[in-house]
Amino acid sequence: MTFFYNTPENQQAMLEAIGARSLDELFEPIPEELKLQHPLQLPPALSELELDQHLRELAVGNQHAGQKICFLGGGCYDHFIPAAVDTIGSRSEFYTSYTPYQAEVSQGNLQVIFEYQSLMTRLTGLDISNASLYDGGSATAEAVLMAIADTRRYGKVVVPETLHPEYRQTIATYVENLGVAVETVATPSGLLQPDDLSAHVDDQTACVVLQQPNFFGCLEDASSVVQTTHQAGALLVGVFDPISLGLLARPGDWSAPGEGADIAVAEGHTLGTPMSYGGPFLGIMCCRENLVRRMPGRIVGQTVDRRGKPCYVLTLQTREQHIRREKATSNVCTNQGLFALRATAHLSLFGPQGLRETANLCLQKSRYAADQICQHQRFELAFPEPTFKEFVIRDRKANVGELMETSLAAGYLAGIPLAPWYPERADCFLVAVTEKRTKAEIDGLVDALIGATNAVTTSIS
Amino acid sequence: MNPAELKFAKTHEWVSISENQEKIIATVGISAFAVEALTDLVFIELPEVGREVDMDESFCEVESVKAVSDVYSPVAGTVIAVNETLPDALETLSSDPYGDGWIAKIELTDGAPLDDLLDFDSYQKQCEEEAH
Repeated sequence: MTFFYNTPENQQAMLEAIGARSLDELFEPIPEELKLQHPLQLPPALSELELDQHLRELAVGNQHAGQKICFLGGGCYDHFIPAAVDTIGSRSEFYTSYTPYQAEVSQGNLQVIFEYQSLMTRLTGLDISNASLYDGGSATAEAVLMAIADTRRYGKVVVPETLHPEYRQTIATYVENLGVAVETVATPSGLLQPDDLSAHVDDQTACVVLQQPNFFGCLEDASSVVQTTHQAGALLVGVFDPISLGLLARPGDWSAPGEGADIAVAEGHTLGTPMSYGGPFLGIMCCRENLVRRMPGRIVGQTVDRRGKPCYVLTLQTREQHIRREKATSNVCTNQGLFALRATAHLSLFGPQGLRETANLCLQKSRYAADQICQHQRFELAFPEPTFKEFVIRDRKANVGELMETSLAAGYLAGIPLAPWYPERADCFLVAVTEKRTKAEIDGLVDALIGATNAVTTSIS
Repeated sequence: MNPAELKFAKTHEWVSISENQEKIIATVGISAFAVEALTDLVFIELPEVGREVDMDESFCEVESVKAVSDVYSPVAGTVIAVNETLPDALETLSSDPYGDGWIAKIELTDGAPLDDLLDFDSYQKQCEEEAH
């Protein structure tokens, strides 16, 4: 593309072409009180060299998961990524092609998306996968919109407190102007209790959103939630952890084979994309076939060309943009092609056995970490429920902030304080242990936490 | 059903009026002209049974490979039945638009007007004009 300078001469030529004498005259219809009467308050422009130095100074302030030993979770995890994923994901044929606007020309891209979709449907046990969405939070909110449109129930959606608090905020933002209430079920036990759910679900409930394992890492009684939800005629949106499916039931089978979540969504960065300070990520979305016309985004299908050879096409993709237009229920018309590619490469390398082994390592190592931390009398598990790779630790001295700082100084990102989202649990923090953490690292974390304990004890005495 | 015995709305819906135990029931569908103009149909979203509709209110959507079109209720009343077989047999809309291709039955609100509806000949004239 040719670069056009924005010189005073160019401006004058453009103004003349549209019949305005000056920029002021062009902007005259804008009320005076809306015009900025002074220059933007920015520091003076820097030279390229100065700017490079300035940005480097700023960047040094960031600390990434590779510099510290990372026990952070809550939707973003430090899982292992084989080098082959980077190699495949960095190939320019994939890396530079972004999104195929003239889709069928890009058969290679479409084939990757088709294979991604095939993997996701096998992973979730559901019929259809789209080509991916932006991230776990927006995929959850899109699933809620699907449920509202399909059930035509505009009363409410029901979410337990054990659903990721940021996902709940995203849902609230999406439905704010639809007149649909978001009803939050309290979960003092760390789990959604069947009776509490029954009390909230009625014939105006579009869906229930259940996260498995939940935000606290605990395993919900998904089967009873499926039944309560379906008995009320509502849909179940299941939020899952892709890695956990190496061990846990698929969302589509939560209650019985073929009976479970109607729509399953997940944060998919854990399949081959690094934490990257929190994004960009991959939104996974699968659903039962009867909901396919409500599904946002694009779907790739396999067919044959006129010579009878297999080829790939976009199916249903154009509906929102070109056909439904103002009747569209979602504005998502794209996908996270690069991260879907990485997830495809990642899962293909792991296979079912690799996924099972990874999940088992997460389980065993997190269990070891929880046991070791709770050896010390200052700490206990906040919830006695079974967990997968995350768990909540309660600090009996209720000094989580200092614990985090001391651990960080010792080189450990020890966890996420729950205080910002759960003020009543300000004495708790969430710890995630992936397959990457070694026994030495876990023992080091325990030492760092106990070291903090000793330091506090000393300062008190 | 013989289209000559039906009433039509300007927006291409047909209506067949029947009386049943003092209730006036309107059976509603879309005309052969409309079905042809829509081209290949891929989806229909039927109204909910029990829904109250006003005259000229959009109460159903048909989707073709080209566009989504509203189906407007030609009468005011309550939807008492919908043709549940249609979504899986959209071809019925073109093969038998005035019979098996019916969309919904609406129980008229007392005193709901039917005056604005066209007879078959007037509707045919409108279609001929639109076709040009």
